[in-house]
Amino acid sequence: MVTVNGAPSDCAGSSIAKLVADGGYQPQRVAVELNEQIVPKTQYESTVVKDGDKVEIVGFVGGG
Amino acid sequence: MTIPTKEEMYAALCERHGADIQAKFAAGAVAVCGLGGLGSNAAVHLARAGVGRLHLIDFDRVDISNLNRQQYFPDQLGQYKTEALAETLRRIAPYCEITSETVKLDAKNIPKLLKGYPVICEAFDRADQKAMLVNCVLEHLPEAYLVSASGMAGIGSANEIQTRRITSHFYLCGDGRSDVADGLGLISARVGVCASHEAHMILRLLAGLESS
Repeated sequence: MVTVNGAPSDCAGSSIAKLVADGGYQPQRVAVELNEQIVPKTQYESTVVKDGDKVEIVGFVGGG
Repeated sequence: MTIPTKEEMYAALCERHGADIQAKFAAGAVAVCGLGGLGSNAAVHLARAGVGRLHLIDFDRVDISNLNRQQYFPDQLGQYKTEALAETLRRIAPYCEITSETVKLDAKNIPKLLKGYPVICEAFDRADQKAMLVNCVLEHLPEAYLVSASGMAGIGSANEIQTRRITSHFYLCGDGRSDVADGLGLISARVGVCASHEAHMILRLLAGLESS
């Protein structure tokens, strides 16, 4: 199991790019932490999550 | 009316906040990125709290559409926000070390311009710009504490606005979803609640309390 934004998910083997797309996020409006480390945008395709990983996808909205 | 001396103001802050916490606030340095509804309000709180150094960054000028929620005055229309806000903050906290830079932050200049600030406040308005700054800071300035905000538009309950700890160095304020792009307005009190969350989290970090 992988934990995505606090919820269990059986997405082990998926790339960060896929998790971002499946979550309905726009890649240019997110920051992704994998096990408390930022994932650079250039590594979204190549970074694959595995069992036990904790992923936090932060999607930003406008206003300030 | 003469203003109080630095020592008098510091003593008054110590009386309100406690000497231990005040020493930590006074030793603090915060870079405020974006001086709109979030940044101008957060900076006012940080100056009032007696934070030692504030660095103000924005490229824009004060516009009439800012006056509903941002800490500017009608007689400051057309001024750079960096200059207008510095003026106001110097009246609030004359002994705070205030510096500013009138520049548009981007992925290229952020590592250089924000280097050395232990705490960074993300206070942009556009979602893609928020994400850009957050990614850039977390990637290139991992030792900095970053406090960001997302979701404060509209007239929904102010109680929906919270501070979340994403990692030990990254905190996110807001309701996470109310987007100005959905036609929601930006109302001073609700934006101000979010700005206060940012400022308060920053003060907690300066005081050495690392989790929300």
